[in-house]
Amino acid sequence: MTLHQSASSTTATDTVTAQLLSVENLDVEFRTRSGTVKALEAVSFAINPGETVGIVGESGSGKSVTAFTLMGVLDRAGKVANGKALFQTDRVAVDLLREPESSLRQLRGKELSMIFQNPRTALNPIRKVGKQITDVLRCHTDLSGDALRDRAIEMLASVRIPDPEQRYDAYPYELSGGLCQRIMIAIALACAPKLLIADEPTTGLDVTTQATVMNLIKDLATQQQMAAILITHDLALASEYCDRIVVMHAGHVVESAPTHSLFRAPRHPYTAKLIAATPEPHKAFADLIPIAGNLPDLKATTIPPCRFSQRCDRYEPALCDQAPLTRQQPVPEHHVACWKPLE
Amino acid sequence: MAHSTGKIIGQRILGAIPSVIGVIIVTFLLTRALPGDPAAFFAGPAATAEAIAEVRATLGLDKTLPEQFFLYLGDLVRGDLGTSLTTGQTVVYDLATRLPASLELTLAGLVFAIALALPLGILAATKPNSWVDHGVRLLATAGVSLPTFFTGLFLIYLLYYRMGIVPAPLGRLDILYSAPPPVTGLYVIDSLLAGDLALFWAAASQLFLPAVTLGLFALAPLARVTRASMLGMLSSDFIRTARASGLPPRQVLFGYAFRNAMLPVITTLGVVFSFLLGANILVEKVFAWPGIGSYAVEALVASDYAPIQGFILTMALLYVVLNLLIDLLYVVIDPRAGVEA
Repeated sequence: MTLHQSASSTTATDTVTAQLLSVENLDVEFRTRSGTVKALEAVSFAINPGETVGIVGESGSGKSVTAFTLMGVLDRAGKVANGKALFQTDRVAVDLLREPESSLRQLRGKELSMIFQNPRTALNPIRKVGKQITDVLRCHTDLSGDALRDRAIEMLASVRIPDPEQRYDAYPYELSGGLCQRIMIAIALACAPKLLIADEPTTGLDVTTQATVMNLIKDLATQQQMAAILITHDLALASEYCDRIVVMHAGHVVESAPTHSLFRAPRHPYTAKLIAATPEPHKAFADLIPIAGNLPDLKATTIPPCRFSQRCDRYEPALCDQAPLTRQQPVPEHHVACWKPLE
Repeated sequence: MAHSTGKIIGQRILGAIPSVIGVIIVTFLLTRALPGDPAAFFAGPAATAEAIAEVRATLGLDKTLPEQFFLYLGDLVRGDLGTSLTTGQTVVYDLATRLPASLELTLAGLVFAIALALPLGILAATKPNSWVDHGVRLLATAGVSLPTFFTGLFLIYLLYYRMGIVPAPLGRLDILYSAPPPVTGLYVIDSLLAGDLALFWAAASQLFLPAVTLGLFALAPLARVTRASMLGMLSSDFIRTARASGLPPRQVLFGYAFRNAMLPVITTLGVVFSFLLGANILVEKVFAWPGIGSYAVEALVASDYAPIQGFILTMALLYVVLNLLIDLLYVVIDPRAGVEA
């Protein structure tokens, strides 16, 4: 698996070529009326070809902002202040944050795609779903005319939509939330991207539909040898589908590790608490331990170097207030940003 | 899909029929409620009580209200709206010659307003709080806050009196020209249909100033609604999907955002159009435009009740037709329209 792969790569260049996406020291700020929000700070992680990585964290931890930044669809108020995001295309590595808009547009929807939460509002309400698929195909492939339509119907069939030919002419309001999410997936995968970013793809779907949609993404990812980033607040979901997990808290990556390693021995206190707060069949409700406190105010002029320090019961004034907070690697492939990690 | 769209359109047309019936009843009652006695007016100031009673009998005004209503309906079916005392023509004839003039003016004003307001609104929405946005806001505020007769007189002063680049504001055509053979009744279109370019140019240059005057007034609501609607659409989830799919900016802006943003704009367009039909009386007066508005005002001043009745009925029917058209446009643009039915 990936662990073996990267561990065996000895030189820096090898690592670079092996990685599909590498995000380094990403800072994103939002300018608002009441001040600048430092939404992301020094966010770094990497994705290898074909692997599924989960980004988990509570609401407001910066998961979606990270995804929007990579896709270039950040709100107008958001600005990338620093960082790199190298994406490996067939020939060269492209910096998703620096490359001109016109060439990034060639990548979006083709090499890297995204599916969003709330599939109902994420689709154009007055355009036939089939047309929304052909729009993407027309702009990234040489197909035209009937071939476009045939390919779109093929896509509808591949996301297991019954009666794909009839559904081609359907409008989003005529379809259920689960079907809409499959349409989203069909749009995102129409051009067989190398990387799929799925932002809370199962929010708003009932539990059985959730499993179907997740299995569909997993199957298609395996089929097309596609890497995927699964953004979720659901640790259980991430553990089920991801090879590796990146834990975010208040705009920081606090821990990243292979899934089994993370669950067996979480190093960051936040991760440990997150796991303790995750419901499981054998746990009673009383067994769940909520994480005290709230996310720090990211508009404040001085934010503690460790953004979890105010909520952490392992906090030690002199030690934990050191800046900058650096990442440690207690075991290979397991990174943690903590001055006093768990053993 | 096409079949159900046709069905919805049919339903909308059927739905307009009660409005038409309502309009006829209200027009009838409204004219009966006008102050003054038409019989006394018709009989003249020197008439005796017998003479007035005689006139009342010939006009059918001595009958009961329901009887009068059915007589009125019969006249309507025959296309008889009575005769105007001031012009001496039948009301139908007067309306048929004057309504196209008003429609031409209103439509031209609206086309001018749309041609300016939509691009400005879109531009303002793509660059909110930029100088373009502030400029559009200023223009729109100026357009709506200056009274039309003032804008009209100012434009005449500037472009005719001072610069002399437009013809004198004396109606639809310079007296050197005669009207084109009527097809639509709109001179600019009829002259083109007749292949007479000189006549077209003459009609268009007469139309220019009053249309701009009217259009400047309609600009504000259209530009504001376009901007607000586009801003809402551009920050919506499906636009983010379109951008994340790498669709070209032009397609995102026009194909995705604008088409969705059109719906409130069309609603406003209907309101503005209805409003202009009524509001262009002032512009017609300033530019000596022989329209339906100035006709109605003259009839009202002269207590000439047949033209007033005809005017109200025509306007009301126009509103009904207009609303029907807007409903139909909605059905064409938005597949969700009419689904609840």
